[in-house]
Amino acid sequence: MKKVFMPLVMVAVLSCIPYVGVAYFGMGYLFGVIIPYLAVLLFVAGFAWRMYDWLSRPVPFCITTTCGQEKSLDWIKHQKLESPATKWQAALRVMMEVLFFRSLFRNTKAELHTGPQLAYASSKWLWMGGLAFHWSLLLIGLRHARFFFIEPPLVVQLIERTDRFFELTLPAFYMTDAIVLAAITYLVARRLRDAKMRIISLQTDFFPLFLIGGIVLAGMSMRYVAKVDVLAIKALMMNLAAFSFDAPGSISPLFYIHLFLASVLAVYFPFSKLMHAGAIFLSPTRNLANNSREKRHVNPWNKKIKFRTYSEYEDDYREKMKKAGLPVEKD
Amino acid sequence: MSKYAPKKNQLTREFLEKPSPLKGDYARQEWWDMPVEFRDGNWCHSAKPEVLGEIGFPNPRKWAAPDDDWQLPEGWEKTIHEGLKERLKKFRSLKLYLDACVRCGACADKCHFFLGTGDPKNMPVIRAELLRSVYRNDFPMVEKILKGFSGSRKLTQEVIKEWHMYFYQCTECRRCSVFCPLGIDTAEITMVARELLNLIGVNNNWILAPVANCNRTGNHLGIEPHTFVQNIESLVDDIEDLTGVTVNPTFNRKGAEVLFITPSGDVFGDPGVYTMMGYMLLFEHIGLDYTISTYASEGGNFGLFTTNDMMKKLNAKMYHEAERLKVKWVLGGECGHMWRVVHQYMNTMNGPAGFLEQPVSPVTGTKFTNAAATKMVHIAEFTADLIHNNKLKLDPSRNDHLRTTFHDSCNVARGMGMFEEPRYVLNNVCNSFNEMPEDTIRERTFCCGSGSGINAEEFMEMRMRGGFPRANAVRHVKKSHRVNSLVTICAIDRATLPSLMRYWNPGVTVYGLHELVGNALVMQGEKKRTVDLRENPMAGKGEGESDDA
Repeated sequence: MKKVFMPLVMVAVLSCIPYVGVAYFGMGYLFGVIIPYLAVLLFVAGFAWRMYDWLSRPVPFCITTTCGQEKSLDWIKHQKLESPATKWQAALRVMMEVLFFRSLFRNTKAELHTGPQLAYASSKWLWMGGLAFHWSLLLIGLRHARFFFIEPPLVVQLIERTDRFFELTLPAFYMTDAIVLAAITYLVARRLRDAKMRIISLQTDFFPLFLIGGIVLAGMSMRYVAKVDVLAIKALMMNLAAFSFDAPGSISPLFYIHLFLASVLAVYFPFSKLMHAGAIFLSPTRNLANNSREKRHVNPWNKKIKFRTYSEYEDDYREKMKKAGLPVEKD
Repeated sequence: MSKYAPKKNQLTREFLEKPSPLKGDYARQEWWDMPVEFRDGNWCHSAKPEVLGEIGFPNPRKWAAPDDDWQLPEGWEKTIHEGLKERLKKFRSLKLYLDACVRCGACADKCHFFLGTGDPKNMPVIRAELLRSVYRNDFPMVEKILKGFSGSRKLTQEVIKEWHMYFYQCTECRRCSVFCPLGIDTAEITMVARELLNLIGVNNNWILAPVANCNRTGNHLGIEPHTFVQNIESLVDDIEDLTGVTVNPTFNRKGAEVLFITPSGDVFGDPGVYTMMGYMLLFEHIGLDYTISTYASEGGNFGLFTTNDMMKKLNAKMYHEAERLKVKWVLGGECGHMWRVVHQYMNTMNGPAGFLEQPVSPVTGTKFTNAAATKMVHIAEFTADLIHNNKLKLDPSRNDHLRTTFHDSCNVARGMGMFEEPRYVLNNVCNSFNEMPEDTIRERTFCCGSGSGINAEEFMEMRMRGGFPRANAVRHVKKSHRVNSLVTICAIDRATLPSLMRYWNPGVTVYGLHELVGNALVMQGEKKRTVDLRENPMAGKGEGESDDA
């Protein structure tokens, strides 16, 4: 299938670029300093610009999707998270989506049985897979803070210690590495296995999965297989964090693959569907309070329109109205 | 049954032979390569030129969906492009929902049209991709420059045909938006797509004819004021014959406390008229000082299915009339999309309504703080409050001949969040309420399959398919609890569910909530009630009649 194959090839080619560049042409400075800086710059600027671009567009109507009882009569139990009545409740609703994927938790799978009878089975796999994927990425990201500080923050140390709770390998194995690989495998497999998912999926859906998979694999090979020199890497990362342009020391090309793919991800992020990370906070169906009858929602471009007034109506039907005994304004 | 619907056993066989929700083998196909085929039963008549003329919409002509050439106006591609650009500036929701979808597929099997047709383009994610693919092509970001990579395509007449087919196989019911982890609402996409199509004269007569009527006469059916009054008066006579009680609605009366607005289907359509009789009995029972307007004689608003401007234009009459009549507040009848407009759009579009007061029930003194700004109360809230305060004399056994279940209308469920009030009322006016399976009610309710202006006779096949998940859930309680009555609070439901029930579940009748209220109300000075408002015998109320409830 082209749409799976193409992104795979793209990631493979992208992996070769820094390897060739560093191993054969000694372009460590380009891949270790210039590209990472550019990537971070593009990521931050791109992300900010996309958010600004969305935020600068108005939300003309209060279009909350209500998933529970609205606030109405005193004696009727109001479901605050599913149908928030204040902006704080709405904010909490959004946080439930961001942190726990609340809506995905509702997921069901429709099945058609003889009868014909439609049945809906609870289906939490996507929720679990998605949660495992995103949370382990977050933890892995935080864990990487140890490369940027001499003494990483306490939280980071705590995450790291918990993560390598099972000291299976040397250096100690991180649980999140296994979880994220399993989650990526699942997320790719479900796009291939299910006929519906095969139709829906585009190349741009596979590409980031393969890219992240590539980053994880490169990172894991460095740690568990090649056991590269961490000190040189840490020195480079601390330099970068200090906005220094010093040349990197001697580091394995494997590291450059890892870093380059991460740079590609950072650049790709703001211009792709990965921006759902920012969009989830802005979704009007979720972040608006369902209080549009209680408090007027203002539309900044509320267009003036001409409607048919009562007097125009009466002018057209006055005689008929009088005959029917209806009161009229003008005789 | 309609000649536009397949034989039921034919459709049943199709479901048996292709049991997966996705019908057909699409192993080597991309959705954008799948052809669009219009055939009997899957398209609505296009708007008549005179209708377009009346409302000032572009490109009036005679055409039909199966035509090869749709006679699109000169430069239509530019019109669509500019139209989309303008709307991207006006709606954050549109831009966000076109940009942010990750195609996770959670919505795929949540759409009633997908479950009923098995057509991949009815998966909400692809419905949105129909527009998204063009958007990506015309408004490129870095990712979007790589065309094959991001699934973008050029706008052609074939694409317009596809839009016309699938944005009218979406009832804007928002069920997918409940399940979407990003809250993407396909209704937002469909509404914009329909606006764009209207810009080039690609339209639907079943929507635009009511729009024109509503603008001219005040209601969808084009009923002029004298006929409107006559019809309600004939219902008054029916009430007198059935109950011995005279109810006294007034029309266009200044100074009434409350203006009552309900969909015109309640005044003219069977079985809506019985719900209307229920309202009038209720108002008589509590002595409500109310009036009905012939000018704002439509609660529904097909502008919602057309364009934002048209929605605003038709809705403006409500406040305009409330101000003219100097009423204190507005009471709204049972309707789904009407309440989407009233709850989420009205005050924003046509408010603030400073000339009205915060609604207070004249009977119980309850302040409806949840309607403090819009100043319009839903009849189910109003009645639930009356019952809760013991203000109604009810005999629920008068509905013992019915075994009921309740259908949440999409708009009231997902665009308002009113679930408990109608259930509370229903439980107080009948003894036999049974819920349908939990994945098919409340926020997960299934559309009747004909909402958002596709309730056309010639669209019958799609309606029976789209309504299949709803009908199937009713069938479940029909079997398990011998349910024979489907109660709704929506005029479109009352218009469309009877044919759906006749097709899938013969023996199930459709009722409005306030029809059952009307049956159960013990009126002062009434005669012995042995039949309900439809003149069907009540259980155990007539002489020598067996009680089979």
